[in-house]
Amino acid sequence: MTDTPTITKSDLPVTTKADWTSDQEVRWCPGCGDYSILTAVQLLMPELEVRREDTVFISGIGCAARFPYYMNTYGLHGIHGRAPALATGLAMARPDLHVWVVGGDGDMLSIGGNHLLHSLRRNVNLNILLFNNQIYGLTKGQYSPTSELGKVTKSTPAGSIDEPFNPISVALGAEASFVARTHDMDRQHMMEMFRRAHDFPGAAFVEVFQNCNVFNDGAFNAVTKRDRRASMLIQLEHGKPIRFGDDNEKGVILNRYGSAEIVEVADVGEDAVLVHDENRQDPSLAFALSRLAAGPFEPTPVGVFRAVERPEYATEASEQLAMAQEVWGPGDMHKLLHSRATWEVA
Amino acid sequence: MTDTLARPVETRELNRVVVRFAGDSGDGMQLTGDRFTSASALFGNDLATLPEFPAEIRAPQGTVAGVSSFQVQVSDHDVTTPGDAPNVLVAMNPAALRKELSQLEVGGTVIVNHDTFVERNLTKAGYESDPLEDGTLDNYTLFKVPMTTITKEVCKDLGVKPRDAERSKNFFALGLVSWLYNRPAEPTLNWIDAKFNRQELVAGANTAAFKAGFAFGETAELFDFTYEVRPASLEPGTYTNINGNTALSWGLVAASQQAKVPLFLGSYPITPASDILHELSQRKNFGVRTLQAEDEIAAVCAALGASFGGNLGVTTTSGPGVALKGESISLAVSLELPLLVINIQRGGPSTGLPTKTEGADLMQAMYGRHGESPVPIVAAYSPAQCFFAAIEAARIALKYRTPVILLSDGYLANGSEPWRLPDVATLPDLTVEFASQPNHTNEDGKEVFWPYLRHPETMARPWAIPGTPGLTHRIGGIEKEDGSGNINYEPANHSYMVNLRHDRIAHIVNDIPPTMLEGDVENADLLIVGWGSTWGAITSAMIRARQEGRKVAHAHLTHLNPLHKDLGDILRRYPKVLVPEMNLGQLSRILRAEFLVDAKSVSKVEGSPFTSGELYRHIIGALDD
Repeated sequence: MTDTPTITKSDLPVTTKADWTSDQEVRWCPGCGDYSILTAVQLLMPELEVRREDTVFISGIGCAARFPYYMNTYGLHGIHGRAPALATGLAMARPDLHVWVVGGDGDMLSIGGNHLLHSLRRNVNLNILLFNNQIYGLTKGQYSPTSELGKVTKSTPAGSIDEPFNPISVALGAEASFVARTHDMDRQHMMEMFRRAHDFPGAAFVEVFQNCNVFNDGAFNAVTKRDRRASMLIQLEHGKPIRFGDDNEKGVILNRYGSAEIVEVADVGEDAVLVHDENRQDPSLAFALSRLAAGPFEPTPVGVFRAVERPEYATEASEQLAMAQEVWGPGDMHKLLHSRATWEVA
Repeated sequence: MTDTLARPVETRELNRVVVRFAGDSGDGMQLTGDRFTSASALFGNDLATLPEFPAEIRAPQGTVAGVSSFQVQVSDHDVTTPGDAPNVLVAMNPAALRKELSQLEVGGTVIVNHDTFVERNLTKAGYESDPLEDGTLDNYTLFKVPMTTITKEVCKDLGVKPRDAERSKNFFALGLVSWLYNRPAEPTLNWIDAKFNRQELVAGANTAAFKAGFAFGETAELFDFTYEVRPASLEPGTYTNINGNTALSWGLVAASQQAKVPLFLGSYPITPASDILHELSQRKNFGVRTLQAEDEIAAVCAALGASFGGNLGVTTTSGPGVALKGESISLAVSLELPLLVINIQRGGPSTGLPTKTEGADLMQAMYGRHGESPVPIVAAYSPAQCFFAAIEAARIALKYRTPVILLSDGYLANGSEPWRLPDVATLPDLTVEFASQPNHTNEDGKEVFWPYLRHPETMARPWAIPGTPGLTHRIGGIEKEDGSGNINYEPANHSYMVNLRHDRIAHIVNDIPPTMLEGDVENADLLIVGWGSTWGAITSAMIRARQEGRKVAHAHLTHLNPLHKDLGDILRRYPKVLVPEMNLGQLSRILRAEFLVDAKSVSKVEGSPFTSGELYRHIIGALDD
């Protein structure tokens, strides 16, 4: 079951978005950002070299977690926060599968924060999509672990006093190998980030800014609205100077303390502008970039922060099994039962 | 053994002996007991063991809290318990003597490491005067042996530092007791060579200490007799000495082999279950995958994810871990996937007594989840039987696509007994079939796959694993419609599904063995009903009562949900029903509720198993009541 031959595109039936769409009625609120993410994924799948039956979507609980029902693949809608743990077991048992994990900010950073950290640390071959809308939607509008300080919600009438998580910083702190950010207003960019996540051999973490038009409408407007993007989104592209602005007049430098800083390129000269390197072993650069914006109201980097290959967990586990079989031979129950001191009674 | 001419000492024959080794946590008492047990097993005795150790890795040295002990009953006939009162106590320090003396039979033998009976240690143990001198031991036979001094002495020439040499004193004690009970020395000496083959000095010191202990017995003129316990007349076959956690681990491997489905263990370390994780992580050549998860919840979820992928998913834990896994187990109830949840019970609530045994998680297994969330429950009853209990739990999980809770406990986990090894060819065939074809035709004539379309007999849904073309489907914890598996919140549908999930587990009653019933089945005045590790003590207590002409029968439940089909009839057949449990009466409550019988509870929650003497007194008390 693990010896799947390498699939080349010519072996695969040609599919379209419709083939990847299940027969279930989509039940998100009209206008929810989840729709555009779903469309991006369904449009991307035919372009990837995978079969529907080898693809699994796993989720926890929350609005985002309904995602698997809408994909015409194998799917498992689990319990709150535990999707990365369910997916880790599946990916270990079946390294031949392509396993996607979908969840929201409450699911993956609050109740299931521990599992997210450890699946990233272990580098299990999962594509983890975190739909960050900075609010609890399904429970109708409480603040989430990514809600900004001072946020007034049903459970924080006097304003939130909880310092929010920066999901990119959290992932990097958990030793994530692949870390990216995209947003629900840019289908092409989403598709590109999801494709990169799919291609990455290991745990790939993608934060998606997702608008909840019912409980937190416009949370990302300051950076994702079409007319704001040039000045407020910092596109990270490997090997290119990090520049942005309506006239590309701004750039990012590393200051003497190792922090990333936004400057006028004219002030520092083009050569001083930081050239993005997503393959740096040391995560400090990626972390510095993740700290550029305190929230989606300041110029915010999107794209791949880090893509550094290291041994994948399920592969390593399988190799240990193969090694044991080489050394000890295939398991023999009779031998195991007689492996300790035995004696005969006549 | 030695150049010194041995003095002739008379050997007396015993039918059985109970020896208890006790010392500080760092004194190696578990190892000593284990080696004595192995040598006895290889000699052909029947035996049962009871290791006991503190929860702290190194409790303050020399204190009563830090005492670690190992009790073994060695017998020339079938025994089912580690024995009630030891006949011999080996006490390596004053604290061990203080803690364990009350257990010893009156007139029993006490062998102490005399070197440790100095004022500082006596004070630490809470003695105001020296118990070796003040009359405390007047009713016992005392042997004062300078174990540390002699061990240091014999190690001197080997170049072992005195501090290191002192660590071998447990082998001196082992050598002495081996001589006293005519145990063969070779198995222990061979074991030392193999175990310490890369640590020459340690091997040398242990060997020298063991031989010195043996020689001390022969030459010291302290002992007037040695004793011999003849081999037991066990059923012919090949035997090994095994504890419950190892037997359970091997049962899981066997189940995976018999089902031709890979084994996946998700586990988080917890006493007393961790040894199963250790054992299975060594079985990679059987295709066993183990994940030491970040927490108990991840452990069970990973196992469930692996089951979704076509593995036999297993999670091992103790009661606190089961509490954390509750929501995930009910997800498995809703998903209807195979899953084994193994609870090696310990004393609760909360951290409770992590290294001590208890059987108080029966209600948790029955009802410890939200909603109507029934799961089959299997309970192991002896260390070796854990092997078959694991296979049986796996059989039910695989065949009926359901989580199954397997209950063991700390006593079974660490206790050991000789096991007649089964012929692998006699193990049950657990082969499962994965779904490979669509199973439903839509109105438009399209062939589709319905994940909740059931097998007519087992009511199990198909196990369609990812990677199978044509069967893509979604499952989840939201209430679904039977058949199609589509989300459905309708009141009538929910009622139907709740009843269906109940019925399909209740229906397993037709596929489990009848109640194990022994003793005066036809005419008993008293029926004892037990489950779990009380089997051994109940069995030996019943034998004793019957030897005195009392009419007693014993029903032991291997399945707690559903209960054995014949149990109701059995309970009503006898005038009195007694239910001994390591809890405050959980099974007796279930029996009362299910069968309206006056099942009287006998409780013990002291962190140690019932002794057969205690149960014998309860039996007589109930009969004479």
